[in-house]
Amino acid sequence: MDNRIVYLDNNGTTQMADEVVKAVDQAEFLYGNASSMHGLGRDAEAAIEVARTQVASLIDCKHGRIIFNSGASESNNTVFNIFRDRIDDKIDARTRIVTTVIEHPSIIETVKYLKKKGYRIDECPVDKTGRVDLDVMAKLMGPDVALVSVMTGNNETGTIQPVDEIARLAHACGAYMHTDATQAIGKIPVAMEKSGFDYLSLSGHKFYGPKGVGVLAVAKNAPYCPFLHGGHQEQGLRAGTYNTAAIVGIGVASSLAQRDLKVEHDRLWNLREMLRKGLTEAIPSVVVNGATNPEYILPGTLDMSFPSAEGESILLYLDLEGIEVSTGSACASGSLEPSYVLLASGIDIELAHGSIRFSFGRYNTEDDVRYVIEKMPPIIERLRKMSTR
Amino acid sequence: MSNSFMSNWVYTPIVKEHFMNPHHLWKEEDNFEPNGIGEVGSLACGDQMRVGILVKDDKIKDLKWLTYGCASAIASTSMMSDIAIGMTLDQAYHITPTMITEALGGLPEHKFHCSVLGDKALRAAIDDYLEKNKMPNPYKNSIAKIICECKNVTDMQIEELVKSGKAKTLEDLQQLTGYGTGCGKCKAQVQDLFEDFKHIYSK
Repeated sequence: MDNRIVYLDNNGTTQMADEVVKAVDQAEFLYGNASSMHGLGRDAEAAIEVARTQVASLIDCKHGRIIFNSGASESNNTVFNIFRDRIDDKIDARTRIVTTVIEHPSIIETVKYLKKKGYRIDECPVDKTGRVDLDVMAKLMGPDVALVSVMTGNNETGTIQPVDEIARLAHACGAYMHTDATQAIGKIPVAMEKSGFDYLSLSGHKFYGPKGVGVLAVAKNAPYCPFLHGGHQEQGLRAGTYNTAAIVGIGVASSLAQRDLKVEHDRLWNLREMLRKGLTEAIPSVVVNGATNPEYILPGTLDMSFPSAEGESILLYLDLEGIEVSTGSACASGSLEPSYVLLASGIDIELAHGSIRFSFGRYNTEDDVRYVIEKMPPIIERLRKMSTR
Repeated sequence: MSNSFMSNWVYTPIVKEHFMNPHHLWKEEDNFEPNGIGEVGSLACGDQMRVGILVKDDKIKDLKWLTYGCASAIASTSMMSDIAIGMTLDQAYHITPTMITEALGGLPEHKFHCSVLGDKALRAAIDDYLEKNKMPNPYKNSIAKIICECKNVTDMQIEELVKSGKAKTLEDLQQLTGYGTGCGKCKAQVQDLFEDFKHIYSK
Protein backbone atom coordinates (compact mmCIF):
# COMPACT_ATOMS: atom_id res chain seq x y z
CA MET A 1 0.00 0.00 0.00
CA ASP A 2 1.05 3.58 -0.10
CA ASN A 3 3.65 4.93 2.23
CA ARG A 4 2.17 8.34 2.47
CA ILE A 5 3.04 10.38 5.54
CA VAL A 6 0.96 13.40 6.47
CA TYR A 7 2.75 15.22 9.24
CA LEU A 8 0.27 17.26 11.29
CA ASP A 9 2.26 17.68 14.49
CA ASN A 10 4.03 20.92 13.65
CA ASN A 11 3.29 22.41 17.08
CA GLY A 12 5.33 19.51 18.44
CA THR A 13 8.24 20.17 16.15
CA THR A 14 8.85 20.93 12.49
CA GLN A 15 10.83 19.58 9.60
CA MET A 16 13.86 21.78 8.88
CA ALA A 17 13.47 23.97 5.82
CA ASP A 18 15.70 23.06 2.85
CA GLU A 19 17.36 26.45 3.14
CA VAL A 20 18.13 25.72 6.80
CA VAL A 21 19.50 22.25 6.05
CA LYS A 22 21.79 23.77 3.42
CA ALA A 23 23.03 26.48 5.75
CA VAL A 24 23.64 24.02 8.60
CA ASP A 25 25.45 21.73 6.20
CA GLN A 26 27.72 24.53 4.97
CA ALA A 27 28.43 25.52 8.56
CA GLU A 28 30.60 22.42 8.86
CA PHE A 29 33.40 24.63 7.54
CA LEU A 30 32.81 26.99 10.46
CA TYR A 31 34.24 24.51 12.91
CA GLY A 32 36.46 27.02 14.66
CA ASN A 33 35.46 27.92 18.20
CA ALA A 34 33.62 31.21 17.86
CA SER A 35 35.37 32.41 21.00
CA SER A 36 38.83 31.98 19.45
CA MET A 37 40.85 34.87 18.04
CA HIS A 38 42.17 33.02 14.98
CA GLY A 39 40.66 33.19 11.54
CA LEU A 40 38.44 30.11 11.79
CA GLY A 41 37.16 31.34 15.14
CA ARG A 42 36.44 34.79 13.72
CA ASP A 43 34.58 33.28 10.75
CA ALA A 44 32.37 31.29 13.10
CA GLU A 45 31.75 34.38 15.20
CA ALA A 46 30.84 36.41 12.14
CA ALA A 47 28.29 33.76 11.09
CA ILE A 48 26.78 33.82 14.58
CA GLU A 49 26.46 37.60 14.45
CA VAL A 50 24.62 37.36 11.13
CA ALA A 51 22.20 34.92 12.74
CA ARG A 52 21.78 37.25 15.71
CA THR A 53 20.73 40.06 13.38
CA GLN A 54 18.31 37.75 11.55
CA VAL A 55 16.57 36.70 14.78
CA ALA A 56 16.52 40.26 16.13
CA SER A 57 14.90 41.49 12.94
CA LEU A 58 12.21 38.77 13.16
CA ILE A 59 11.16 39.65 16.70
CA ASP A 60 11.71 43.42 16.56
CA CYS A 61 14.57 44.00 18.97
CA LYS A 62 18.16 45.19 18.90
CA HIS A 63 20.83 42.74 17.78
CA GLY A 64 22.53 42.89 21.18
CA ARG A 65 19.45 41.78 23.10
CA ILE A 66 19.54 38.23 21.71
CA ILE A 67 21.06 35.45 23.84
CA PHE A 68 21.45 32.11 22.09
CA ASN A 69 20.84 29.00 24.17
CA SER A 70 19.47 25.45 23.91
CA GLY A 71 15.81 26.37 23.46
CA ALA A 72 12.72 27.88 25.02
CA SER A 73 12.73 25.52 28.03
CA GLU A 74 16.12 26.93 28.99
CA SER A 75 14.91 30.47 28.27
CA ASN A 76 11.86 30.03 30.50
CA ASN A 77 13.90 28.49 33.31
CA THR A 78 16.42 31.32 33.03
CA VAL A 79 13.74 34.00 33.46
CA PHE A 80 12.20 32.34 36.50
CA ASN A 81 15.66 31.83 37.96
CA ILE A 82 16.44 35.54 37.63
CA PHE A 83 13.36 36.43 39.65
CA ARG A 84 13.88 33.69 42.18
CA ASP A 85 17.30 35.25 42.85
CA ARG A 86 15.86 38.74 43.08
CA ILE A 87 13.25 37.61 45.57
CA ASP A 88 15.91 35.75 47.59
CA ASP A 89 18.20 38.78 47.55
CA LYS A 90 15.34 41.09 48.59
CA ILE A 91 16.31 43.52 45.80
CA ASP A 92 12.98 45.28 46.40
CA ALA A 93 9.64 44.61 48.05
CA ARG A 94 8.46 42.57 45.07
CA THR A 95 7.98 38.94 46.09
CA ARG A 96 5.25 37.64 43.82
CA ILE A 97 5.15 36.18 40.29
CA VAL A 98 2.00 36.08 38.15
CA THR A 99 1.56 33.57 35.34
CA THR A 100 -1.27 31.43 33.90
CA VAL A 101 -2.58 27.87 34.21
CA ILE A 102 -1.90 27.05 30.55
CA GLU A 103 1.81 27.75 30.21
CA HIS A 104 4.27 25.26 28.73
CA PRO A 105 5.48 22.54 31.17
CA SER A 106 8.87 24.28 31.43
CA ILE A 107 6.99 27.04 33.28
CA ILE A 108 4.20 24.99 34.92
CA GLU A 109 6.71 22.58 36.48
CA THR A 110 9.07 25.39 37.49
CA VAL A 111 6.13 27.11 39.18
CA LYS A 112 5.20 23.90 41.02
CA TYR A 113 8.78 23.54 42.19
CA LEU A 114 9.08 27.15 43.33
CA LYS A 115 5.71 27.05 45.12
CA LYS A 116 6.85 23.97 47.01
CA LYS A 117 9.88 25.98 48.09
CA GLY A 118 7.55 28.65 49.44
CA TYR A 119 7.58 31.27 46.66
CA ARG A 120 4.37 33.20 46.01
CA ILE A 121 3.07 32.57 42.52
CA ASP A 122 -0.43 33.22 41.18
CA GLU A 123 -1.69 31.38 38.13
CA CYS A 124 -4.37 33.27 36.25
CA PRO A 125 -7.25 31.06 35.01
CA VAL A 126 -8.51 31.08 31.41
CA ASP A 127 -12.01 31.10 29.94
CA LYS A 128 -13.70 28.41 27.80
CA THR A 129 -11.72 29.50 24.77
CA GLY A 130 -8.45 29.13 26.68
CA ARG A 131 -7.93 32.89 26.86
CA VAL A 132 -6.88 34.90 29.89
CA ASP A 133 -9.56 37.27 31.17
CA LEU A 134 -7.91 40.69 31.40
CA ASP A 135 -10.12 41.74 34.33
CA VAL A 136 -8.98 38.74 36.34
CA MET A 137 -5.39 39.39 35.32
CA ALA A 138 -5.71 43.04 36.38
CA LYS A 139 -6.89 41.93 39.82
CA LEU A 140 -3.77 39.81 40.23
CA MET A 141 -1.49 42.81 39.68
CA GLY A 142 -0.05 44.77 42.59
CA PRO A 143 2.99 46.57 43.93
CA ASP A 144 4.41 43.24 45.15
CA VAL A 145 4.54 41.67 41.67
CA ALA A 146 8.06 41.18 40.32
CA LEU A 147 7.35 39.27 37.10
CA VAL A 148 4.39 38.55 34.85
CA SER A 149 4.86 35.61 32.48
CA VAL A 150 2.22 34.76 29.85
CA MET A 151 2.69 32.75 26.67
CA THR A 152 1.85 34.41 23.34
CA GLY A 153 0.02 31.43 21.84
CA ASN A 154 -0.83 28.08 23.36
CA ASN A 155 0.64 24.88 21.94
CA GLU A 156 -2.47 22.74 22.42
CA THR A 157 -5.52 24.88 21.76
CA GLY A 158 -3.66 27.49 19.70
CA THR A 159 -5.35 30.23 21.69
CA ILE A 160 -3.57 33.60 21.44
CA GLN A 161 -3.26 35.58 24.67
CA PRO A 162 -3.72 39.36 24.94
CA VAL A 163 -0.02 39.76 25.76
CA ASP A 164 0.26 43.42 24.68
CA GLU A 165 -2.46 44.41 27.15
CA ILE A 166 -0.97 42.17 29.84
CA ALA A 167 2.44 43.82 29.31
CA ARG A 168 0.80 47.20 29.90
CA LEU A 169 -0.86 45.91 33.09
CA ALA A 170 2.48 44.50 34.29
CA HIS A 171 4.36 47.70 33.60
CA ALA A 172 1.63 49.82 35.20
CA CYS A 173 2.38 48.13 38.51
CA GLY A 174 6.13 48.16 37.97
CA ALA A 175 6.57 44.47 37.16
CA TYR A 176 8.62 42.97 34.33
CA MET A 177 6.89 41.13 31.48
CA HIS A 178 7.97 37.82 29.96
CA THR A 179 6.31 36.01 27.08
CA ASP A 180 7.01 32.54 25.78
CA ALA A 181 6.47 33.20 22.08
CA THR A 182 7.65 29.75 20.95
CA GLN A 183 4.39 28.74 19.25
CA ALA A 184 3.66 32.14 17.76
CA ILE A 185 6.90 32.68 15.82
CA GLY A 186 6.37 32.50 12.08
CA LYS A 187 2.59 32.29 12.50
CA ILE A 188 1.61 35.72 13.82
CA PRO A 189 3.59 38.96 14.19
CA VAL A 190 5.72 39.01 17.34
CA ALA A 191 7.26 42.37 18.23
CA MET A 192 9.35 42.58 21.37
CA GLU A 193 9.93 46.35 21.51
CA LYS A 194 6.56 47.42 20.16
CA SER A 195 4.75 45.15 22.62
CA GLY A 196 7.04 46.16 25.47
CA PHE A 197 8.18 42.68 26.48
CA ASP A 198 11.14 42.57 28.84
CA TYR A 199 11.86 38.92 28.08
CA LEU A 200 10.91 36.70 25.16
CA SER A 201 11.56 32.96 24.70
CA LEU A 202 11.64 31.05 21.44
CA SER A 203 12.87 27.72 20.02
CA GLY A 204 14.36 27.15 16.57
CA HIS A 205 12.73 23.80 15.88
CA LYS A 206 9.18 25.15 16.00
CA PHE A 207 9.70 27.23 12.87
CA TYR A 208 11.76 24.97 10.58
CA GLY A 209 15.07 25.59 12.31
CA PRO A 210 17.29 23.04 14.04
CA LYS A 211 16.45 21.36 17.34
CA GLY A 212 18.45 22.22 20.45
CA VAL A 213 18.84 25.91 19.74
CA GLY A 214 16.75 28.80 20.99
CA VAL A 215 16.81 32.36 22.15
CA LEU A 216 16.09 34.41 25.19
CA ALA A 217 15.73 38.05 24.23
CA VAL A 218 16.22 40.43 27.15
CA ALA A 219 15.21 44.11 27.02
CA LYS A 220 17.90 46.68 27.75
CA ASN A 221 17.05 47.55 31.33
CA ALA A 222 15.65 44.20 32.41
CA PRO A 223 17.59 42.38 35.14
CA TYR A 224 19.61 39.35 34.12
CA CYS A 225 21.79 36.70 35.65
CA PRO A 226 23.13 33.61 33.87
CA PHE A 227 21.43 30.25 34.30
CA LEU A 228 24.56 28.42 33.13
CA HIS A 229 27.78 29.74 34.61
CA GLY A 230 31.31 29.09 33.49
CA GLY A 231 32.09 30.81 30.23
CA HIS A 232 32.45 34.20 28.66
CA GLN A 233 30.23 33.36 25.67
CA GLU A 234 27.37 35.76 24.99
CA GLN A 235 29.15 38.42 27.07
CA GLY A 236 29.19 36.01 29.97
CA LEU A 237 25.39 35.75 29.89
CA ARG A 238 25.24 32.12 28.79
CA ALA A 239 28.11 29.69 29.17
CA GLY A 240 28.85 26.85 26.78
CA THR A 241 30.69 26.57 23.47
CA TYR A 242 28.67 28.10 20.63
CA ASN A 243 26.58 25.61 18.65
CA THR A 244 27.58 27.44 15.49
CA ALA A 245 25.76 25.28 12.92
CA ALA A 246 22.48 25.37 14.86
CA ILE A 247 22.76 29.12 15.42
CA VAL A 248 23.33 29.66 11.69
CA GLY A 249 20.27 27.48 11.12
CA ILE A 250 18.00 29.42 13.46
CA GLY A 251 19.16 32.62 11.73
CA VAL A 252 18.14 31.35 8.31
CA ALA A 253 14.85 30.03 9.73
CA SER A 254 14.18 33.49 11.17
CA SER A 255 14.70 35.16 7.80
CA LEU A 256 12.32 32.70 6.14
CA ALA A 257 9.73 33.21 8.88
CA GLN A 258 9.92 36.96 8.50
CA ARG A 259 9.76 36.82 4.70
CA ASP A 260 6.78 34.44 4.58
CA LEU A 261 4.80 35.52 7.64
CA LYS A 262 1.72 36.94 5.94
CA VAL A 263 1.51 34.26 3.25
CA GLU A 264 2.08 31.45 5.74
CA HIS A 265 -0.50 32.79 8.17
CA ASP A 266 -3.23 32.79 5.54
CA ARG A 267 -2.20 29.46 4.05
CA LEU A 268 -2.16 27.70 7.44
CA TRP A 269 -5.52 29.17 8.39
CA ASN A 270 -7.06 27.99 5.11
CA LEU A 271 -5.77 24.45 5.61
CA ARG A 272 -6.99 24.44 9.20
CA GLU A 273 -10.44 25.65 8.22
CA MET A 274 -10.64 23.18 5.36
CA LEU A 275 -9.93 20.33 7.79
CA ARG A 276 -12.27 21.66 10.47
CA LYS A 277 -15.16 21.96 8.01
CA GLY A 278 -14.38 18.63 6.36
CA LEU A 279 -14.25 16.66 9.61
CA THR A 280 -17.27 18.41 11.08
CA GLU A 281 -19.27 17.42 8.00
CA ALA A 282 -17.93 13.87 7.73
CA ILE A 283 -18.07 12.85 11.41
CA PRO A 284 -21.13 13.17 13.65
CA SER A 285 -20.88 15.02 16.98
CA VAL A 286 -17.36 16.43 17.01
CA VAL A 287 -16.32 19.28 19.27
CA VAL A 288 -13.80 21.98 18.34
CA ASN A 289 -11.74 23.04 21.37
CA GLY A 290 -10.32 26.49 22.02
CA ALA A 291 -11.11 29.87 20.51
CA THR A 292 -13.28 30.32 17.42
CA ASN A 293 -12.45 33.96 16.66
CA PRO A 294 -9.69 33.77 14.02
CA GLU A 295 -7.89 36.68 15.67
CA TYR A 296 -7.53 34.67 18.87
CA ILE A 297 -6.11 31.50 17.40
CA LEU A 298 -2.79 30.45 15.89
CA PRO A 299 -3.62 29.82 12.25
CA GLY A 300 -2.36 26.23 11.93
CA THR A 301 -3.76 24.71 15.11
CA LEU A 302 -6.95 22.64 15.26
CA ASP A 303 -7.86 20.85 18.48
CA MET A 304 -10.92 18.61 18.25
CA SER A 305 -12.62 16.08 20.49
CA PHE A 306 -14.36 12.94 19.29
CA PRO A 307 -16.71 11.74 22.04
CA SER A 308 -16.74 7.96 22.64
CA ALA A 309 -13.38 7.52 20.91
CA GLU A 310 -10.24 7.68 23.00
CA GLY A 311 -7.32 9.87 21.93
CA GLU A 312 -4.44 7.39 22.00
CA SER A 313 -6.41 4.87 19.97
CA ILE A 314 -7.33 7.54 17.43
CA LEU A 315 -3.69 8.67 17.26
CA LEU A 316 -2.40 5.13 16.68
CA TYR A 317 -5.03 4.24 14.06
CA LEU A 318 -4.18 7.50 12.26
CA ASP A 319 -0.49 6.64 12.54
CA LEU A 320 -1.18 3.32 10.82
CA GLU A 321 -2.45 5.44 7.91
CA GLY A 322 0.63 7.63 8.06
CA ILE A 323 -1.18 10.58 9.66
CA GLU A 324 0.86 12.02 12.52
CA VAL A 325 -1.01 13.97 15.21
CA SER A 326 -0.97 14.43 18.97
CA THR A 327 -3.58 13.92 21.70
CA GLY A 328 -4.52 15.39 25.06
CA SER A 329 -5.50 11.96 26.34
CA ALA A 330 -4.02 10.73 29.60
CA CYS A 331 -2.97 7.46 27.98
CA ALA A 332 -0.50 9.16 25.72
CA SER A 333 1.03 11.22 28.50
CA GLY A 334 1.97 8.36 30.80
CA SER A 335 -0.09 9.86 33.62
CA LEU A 336 -3.68 9.26 34.66
CA GLU A 337 -4.74 12.83 33.93
CA PRO A 338 -5.52 14.19 30.49
CA SER A 339 -4.10 17.51 29.24
CA TYR A 340 -4.02 20.21 31.94
CA VAL A 341 -4.42 22.86 29.25
CA LEU A 342 -7.74 21.42 28.07
CA LEU A 343 -9.00 20.84 31.62
CA ALA A 344 -7.99 24.39 32.61
CA SER A 345 -9.91 25.65 29.59
CA GLY A 346 -13.05 24.10 31.04
CA ILE A 347 -13.15 21.23 28.58
CA ASP A 348 -14.99 18.20 29.93
CA ILE A 349 -12.66 15.43 31.10
CA GLU A 350 -14.20 12.87 28.73
CA LEU A 351 -13.71 15.22 25.81
CA ALA A 352 -10.11 15.81 26.87
CA HIS A 353 -9.47 12.05 26.73
CA GLY A 354 -10.82 12.04 23.18
CA SER A 355 -8.97 15.11 21.94
CA ILE A 356 -6.73 15.26 18.89
CA ARG A 357 -4.51 18.17 17.92
CA PHE A 358 -3.80 18.72 14.26
CA SER A 359 -1.08 21.30 13.71
CA PHE A 360 -0.20 22.44 10.22
CA GLY A 361 3.10 23.67 8.87
CA ARG A 362 4.83 24.98 5.81
CA TYR A 363 4.94 21.65 4.02
CA ASN A 364 1.29 20.66 4.34
CA THR A 365 -0.96 20.80 1.32
CA GLU A 366 -4.69 20.68 0.56
CA ASP A 367 -4.06 17.11 -0.57
CA ASP A 368 -2.99 16.29 2.98
CA VAL A 369 -6.26 17.66 4.29
CA ARG A 370 -8.26 15.63 1.78
CA TYR A 371 -6.35 12.50 2.82
CA VAL A 372 -7.24 13.03 6.50
CA ILE A 373 -10.87 13.74 5.67
CA GLU A 374 -10.94 10.44 3.75
CA LYS A 375 -9.13 8.31 6.36
CA MET A 376 -10.46 9.63 9.64
CA PRO A 377 -14.26 9.04 9.59
CA PRO A 378 -14.03 5.22 9.40
CA ILE A 379 -11.52 5.25 12.28
CA ILE A 380 -13.84 7.22 14.54
CA GLU A 381 -16.81 5.08 13.50
CA ARG A 382 -14.87 1.93 14.27
CA LEU A 383 -13.79 3.13 17.72
CA ARG A 384 -17.28 4.32 18.55
CA LYS A 385 -18.72 0.93 17.64
CA MET A 386 -16.10 -0.69 19.87
CA SER A 387 -16.84 1.70 22.72
CA THR A 388 -18.94 1.12 25.82
CA ARG A 389 -20.93 4.16 24.80
CA MET B 1 -2.38 -0.22 6.51
CA SER B 2 1.34 -0.17 6.78
CA ASN B 3 4.00 2.47 6.71
CA SER B 4 7.69 2.11 6.38
CA PHE B 5 8.76 3.59 9.69
CA MET B 6 12.11 2.18 10.75
CA SER B 7 11.27 2.01 14.45
CA ASN B 8 9.30 -0.61 16.33
CA TRP B 9 5.66 0.07 17.06
CA VAL B 10 4.69 1.57 20.44
CA TYR B 11 3.60 -1.85 21.74
CA THR B 12 4.51 -5.45 20.89
CA PRO B 13 3.46 -7.01 17.56
CA ILE B 14 0.83 -9.09 19.41
CA VAL B 15 -0.72 -5.93 20.88
CA LYS B 16 -0.70 -4.36 17.44
CA GLU B 17 -2.46 -7.37 15.92
CA HIS B 18 -5.19 -7.32 18.61
CA PHE B 19 -5.54 -3.54 18.31
CA MET B 20 -5.95 -3.71 14.55
CA ASN B 21 -8.20 -6.78 14.54
CA PRO B 22 -9.77 -7.22 17.96
CA HIS B 23 -11.21 -10.66 18.73
CA HIS B 24 -14.79 -11.28 19.98
CA LEU B 25 -15.90 -7.68 19.71
CA TRP B 26 -19.52 -7.17 20.78
CA LYS B 27 -21.19 -6.08 17.56
CA GLU B 28 -24.78 -4.96 17.51
CA GLU B 29 -25.63 -7.18 14.55
CA ASP B 30 -24.50 -10.30 16.46
CA ASN B 31 -27.61 -10.22 18.66
CA PHE B 32 -25.49 -11.70 21.42
CA GLU B 33 -27.54 -12.57 24.50
CA PRO B 34 -25.25 -12.95 27.49
CA ASN B 35 -26.39 -14.32 30.83
CA GLY B 36 -23.85 -12.26 32.79
CA ILE B 37 -22.60 -8.70 32.24
CA GLY B 38 -19.80 -6.86 34.01
CA GLU B 39 -18.48 -3.33 33.65
CA VAL B 40 -15.48 -1.52 35.11
CA GLY B 41 -13.83 1.86 34.63
CA SER B 42 -15.39 5.10 33.50
CA LEU B 43 -15.19 7.43 30.54
CA ALA B 44 -13.85 10.11 32.87
CA CYS B 45 -10.81 8.03 33.75
CA GLY B 46 -10.20 7.23 30.11
CA ASP B 47 -10.87 3.49 30.19
CA GLN B 48 -14.12 1.60 30.40
CA MET B 49 -14.88 -2.06 29.65
CA ARG B 50 -18.09 -4.02 29.37
CA VAL B 51 -17.95 -7.80 29.18
CA GLY B 52 -20.87 -10.08 28.40
CA ILE B 53 -20.57 -13.83 29.00
CA LEU B 54 -22.66 -16.76 27.97
CA VAL B 55 -22.25 -19.43 30.64
CA LYS B 56 -23.27 -23.00 29.93
CA ASP B 57 -22.42 -26.07 32.03
CA ASP B 58 -20.23 -23.99 34.34
CA LYS B 59 -18.11 -22.88 31.38
CA ILE B 60 -17.61 -19.62 29.46
CA LYS B 61 -19.20 -20.73 26.22
CA ASP B 62 -18.98 -17.34 24.61
CA LEU B 63 -17.79 -13.87 25.54
CA LYS B 64 -18.11 -10.49 23.89
CA TRP B 65 -16.78 -7.12 24.94
CA LEU B 66 -16.78 -3.38 24.38
CA THR B 67 -13.97 -1.04 25.34
CA TYR B 68 -13.47 2.68 25.47
CA GLY B 69 -9.78 3.22 25.90
CA CYS B 70 -6.27 3.26 24.57
CA ALA B 71 -4.63 0.68 22.32
CA SER B 72 -3.41 -1.46 25.22
CA ALA B 73 -6.91 -1.39 26.78
CA ILE B 74 -8.40 -2.66 23.53
CA ALA B 75 -5.70 -5.28 22.99
CA SER B 76 -5.76 -6.55 26.56
CA THR B 77 -9.54 -7.01 26.55
CA SER B 78 -9.26 -8.81 23.23
CA MET B 79 -6.55 -11.09 24.62
CA MET B 80 -8.61 -11.72 27.76
CA SER B 81 -11.47 -12.92 25.56
CA ASP B 82 -9.16 -15.41 23.81
CA ILE B 83 -7.96 -16.73 27.17
CA ALA B 84 -11.36 -16.92 28.86
CA ILE B 85 -13.53 -18.61 26.24
CA GLY B 86 -13.78 -22.31 27.02
CA MET B 87 -12.59 -21.94 30.60
CA THR B 88 -14.57 -23.07 33.63
CA LEU B 89 -15.92 -20.26 35.80
CA ASP B 90 -13.33 -21.15 38.40
CA GLN B 91 -10.48 -20.82 35.91
CA ALA B 92 -11.88 -17.67 34.35
CA TYR B 93 -12.28 -16.01 37.72
CA HIS B 94 -8.60 -16.49 38.37
CA ILE B 95 -7.31 -14.82 35.19
CA THR B 96 -4.84 -12.14 36.28
CA PRO B 97 -3.56 -8.97 34.59
CA THR B 98 -0.13 -10.63 34.51
CA MET B 99 -1.49 -13.57 32.46
CA ILE B 100 -3.01 -11.16 29.95
CA THR B 101 0.09 -8.98 29.80
CA GLU B 102 2.40 -11.94 29.30
CA ALA B 103 0.21 -13.32 26.53
CA LEU B 104 0.50 -9.92 24.84
CA GLY B 105 4.29 -10.11 24.98
CA GLY B 106 4.44 -7.42 27.66
CA LEU B 107 3.15 -3.88 28.20
CA PRO B 108 4.88 -0.73 29.42
CA GLU B 109 4.83 -0.48 33.23
CA HIS B 110 2.51 2.55 33.34
CA LYS B 111 -0.04 0.76 31.16
CA PHE B 112 -0.25 -2.34 33.30
CA HIS B 113 -2.43 -0.81 36.03
CA CYS B 114 -4.66 1.53 34.09
CA SER B 115 -5.40 -0.41 30.96
CA VAL B 116 -5.55 -4.09 31.88
CA LEU B 117 -9.08 -4.15 33.21
CA GLY B 118 -10.50 -7.06 31.21
CA ASP B 119 -10.01 -9.56 34.03
CA LYS B 120 -11.91 -7.33 36.44
CA ALA B 121 -14.77 -6.84 34.01
CA LEU B 122 -14.88 -10.59 33.48
CA ARG B 123 -15.06 -11.24 37.24
CA ALA B 124 -17.85 -8.69 37.51
CA ALA B 125 -19.68 -10.56 34.73
CA ILE B 126 -19.26 -13.89 36.53
CA ASP B 127 -20.48 -12.28 39.79
CA ASP B 128 -23.47 -10.96 37.87
CA TYR B 129 -24.22 -14.37 36.35
CA LEU B 130 -24.10 -16.13 39.73
CA GLU B 131 -26.17 -13.45 41.41
CA LYS B 132 -28.83 -13.43 38.71
CA ASN B 133 -29.13 -17.18 38.95
CA LYS B 134 -29.13 -17.08 42.75
CA MET B 135 -26.12 -19.32 42.85
CA PRO B 136 -23.45 -19.19 45.57
CA ASN B 137 -20.25 -17.33 44.68
CA PRO B 138 -17.38 -19.45 45.92
CA TYR B 139 -14.75 -17.44 44.04
CA LYS B 140 -15.12 -13.99 45.46
CA ASN B 141 -12.87 -14.53 48.45
CA SER B 142 -10.63 -17.16 46.91
CA ILE B 143 -8.49 -14.60 45.13
CA ALA B 144 -8.08 -12.22 48.03
CA LYS B 145 -4.52 -11.41 49.07
CA ILE B 146 -3.67 -10.08 52.51
CA ILE B 147 -2.09 -6.66 52.24
CA CYS B 148 -2.15 -5.47 55.87
CA GLU B 149 -1.06 -8.37 58.01
CA CYS B 150 -1.65 -6.65 61.35
CA LYS B 151 -5.31 -5.92 60.66
CA ASN B 152 -5.91 -8.71 58.16
CA VAL B 153 -7.02 -6.43 55.32
CA THR B 154 -7.18 -7.97 51.84
CA ASP B 155 -6.92 -6.38 48.40
CA MET B 156 -10.48 -7.55 47.70
CA GLN B 157 -11.74 -5.68 50.75
CA ILE B 158 -10.04 -2.52 49.60
CA GLU B 159 -11.41 -3.00 46.09
CA GLU B 160 -14.95 -3.50 47.43
CA LEU B 161 -14.79 -0.43 49.66
CA VAL B 162 -13.55 1.78 46.83
CA LYS B 163 -15.96 0.28 44.30
CA SER B 164 -18.98 0.82 46.57
CA GLY B 165 -17.92 4.39 47.31
CA LYS B 166 -17.63 3.71 51.04
CA ALA B 167 -13.95 4.62 51.03
CA LYS B 168 -13.57 7.87 49.14
CA THR B 169 -10.28 8.82 50.76
CA LEU B 170 -7.39 6.98 52.35
CA GLU B 171 -8.63 8.25 55.72
CA ASP B 172 -12.04 6.62 55.09
CA LEU B 173 -10.26 3.42 54.22
CA GLN B 174 -8.20 3.51 57.39
CA GLN B 175 -11.26 4.14 59.55
CA LEU B 176 -13.12 1.28 57.92
CA THR B 177 -10.32 -1.28 57.95
CA GLY B 178 -7.71 -0.03 60.40
CA TYR B 179 -4.98 -0.66 57.82
CA GLY B 180 -1.55 0.69 58.64
CA THR B 181 -2.30 1.22 62.31
CA GLY B 182 -0.16 -1.73 63.38
CA CYS B 183 3.41 -1.98 62.09
CA GLY B 184 2.60 0.42 59.25
CA LYS B 185 4.63 -1.52 56.67
CA CYS B 186 1.67 -1.87 54.30
CA LYS B 187 0.97 1.85 53.95
CA ALA B 188 2.71 2.44 50.61
CA GLN B 189 1.16 -0.67 49.06
CA VAL B 190 -2.32 0.23 50.29
CA GLN B 191 -1.89 3.72 48.91
CA ASP B 192 -0.93 2.32 45.48
CA LEU B 193 -3.87 -0.10 45.46
CA PHE B 194 -6.22 2.65 46.57
CA GLU B 195 -5.08 4.91 43.71
CA ASP B 196 -5.45 2.08 41.20
CA PHE B 197 -8.97 1.19 42.35
CA LYS B 198 -9.99 4.84 42.50
CA HIS B 199 -8.86 5.16 38.91
CA ILE B 200 -10.79 2.08 37.85
CA TYR B 201 -14.00 2.66 39.77
CA SER B 202 -14.41 6.40 40.27
CA LYS B 203 -17.30 7.69 38.22
